[in-house]
Amino acid sequence: MNAIEFFSRHGSEIAEATLEHIWLVGATMLLSVAIGIPLGILVARRPWLSKPILGSANIAETIPSLALLGFLLPVPWLGARADRITITALTLYALLPIIRNTAAGITGVDPAVREAARGMGLTSRQILLKVELPLSISTILAGVRVATVLTIGVATIAAAVGAGGLGEFIFRGLAMVNNQLILAGAIPAAALALTADFLLSLLERRLRPAR
Amino acid sequence: MSIATNANTANEAIIEFRNAGYRLPDGQVLLKNVNLTVGRGETLVFLGRSGAGKTTALKLINRLIDPSEGEVRIEGRSTRDWDPIELRRHIGYVIQETGLFPHYTVEQNISLIPRLEKWPAARIGPRVQELLTLVGLDPAHFMERYPHELSGGQRQRVGVARALAADPPILLMDEPFGALDPLTRTEIRGEFQALQRRLGKTIVIVTHDTSEALLLGTRIGLVEAGELKGLYLAREFLRSNEPVASAYVAQLHALEVFEKDK
Ligand SMILES: Nc1ncnc2c1ncn2[C@@H]1O[C@H](COP(=O)(O)OP(=O)(O)OP(=O)(O)O)[C@@H](O)[C@H]1O
Ligand SMILES: [Mg+2]
Repeated sequence: MNAIEFFSRHGSEIAEATLEHIWLVGATMLLSVAIGIPLGILVARRPWLSKPILGSANIAETIPSLALLGFLLPVPWLGARADRITITALTLYALLPIIRNTAAGITGVDPAVREAARGMGLTSRQILLKVELPLSISTILAGVRVATVLTIGVATIAAAVGAGGLGEFIFRGLAMVNNQLILAGAIPAAALALTADFLLSLLERRLRPAR
Repeated sequence: MSIATNANTANEAIIEFRNAGYRLPDGQVLLKNVNLTVGRGETLVFLGRSGAGKTTALKLINRLIDPSEGEVRIEGRSTRDWDPIELRRHIGYVIQETGLFPHYTVEQNISLIPRLEKWPAARIGPRVQELLTLVGLDPAHFMERYPHELSGGQRQRVGVARALAADPPILLMDEPFGALDPLTRTEIRGEFQALQRRLGKTIVIVTHDTSEALLLGTRIGLVEAGELKGLYLAREFLRSNEPVASAYVAQLHALEVFEKDK
């Protein structure tokens, strides 16, 4: 069976798996941005929290993905649905680059600019929203981009717990020693990663403040 | 707007240092036992060499730091009793490194505080134009530029315009003319003197240039190694024969001797 035949036969299946994959990654990114950016701000504002927060995110990063899914399986509410544990595990992986870049972006703001903002009578909330975040937005986005690309790859393990996604093909292909099946999962995943990387780097350049 | 007040009639203390000192958490003393008052409409110049503690003294005024000893009173109230935000909105601040917001245009930099203070838009636009003209920058030319598209001297002038934006009665300026060439500097000083008379603000300026201190100040405070070594009326300063003052005056005379030689 040649590639064209294969893809025409499995086309709708691949499309469906791709959509599932996008949903898993999208939900993960929303969650990790919603958690990671505030944590990054906290790290930048309270240096003594830097070690515990970055340390924990670092440890999460080192747990093998399959093992992490296994650990989450018995957790009551999470374990009840495959996509819940998958998104939780993926979020734990995605956090580190987002927290780290948010903190780096904010600490990297020119101290003279921050001093001027304080001296002019901006509240600390106004300094964050009007000065620090706008000036670090491209650094933060760089972190989101790294996390997104990482997540697209790691999300293939969702299939191991039955949460679907492009990993389905890879796992089936491995079991049946069928390279075409593996590629049917790997190629769209790689294409997704490249596309996300490209779009986010465009946005990043767009938002980089002039200096 | 306050009406311009002559320095001679100034008696109401707007800024007052009472035995004020500042030390770092590690115990290092940056400023000790400073006593002085600045009356309404007066211009006090802190003159002193690099690292003397001039910027530290300014930061005590707008409560960027709290004194570790004594107190600083603004309009009769200790800075500790002021809400820091309210106090800082009351005091324009031109910082030494200009600190313009790189992601804002000149117009946005200047209008930030008026916008935060919820001025009507119809009032903000003309105000920005007025301020740019005041500091000698053509509004049509500069409004839409970003700080990185300006020269160092132009940035400093935008810094001054920004500090004046919401018309604060007190103005702190940390070497506001440091990045200017001597010719423009002389020009701007002249404009600034006119401005001073017109606006009648209470001003504290930092410089390490003696002639600038004499030109702009109604009074001169000599700061050395964290101490206020002397406080002079500008016109008395030249005649002072105290050793600390004469060193600065000698710096001026060195220039005159050179001019005579030519
Ligand atoms: N946060 C700080 N930590 C440690 N040292 C400091 C700090 N702030 C100021 N200093 C030191 O305190 C002294 C006074 O500093 P300050 O900025 O007031 O000097 P200055 O008179 O404004 O000097 P310049 O003319 O160079 O701007 C300097 O020796 C400086 O190194
Ligand atoms: Mg200084």
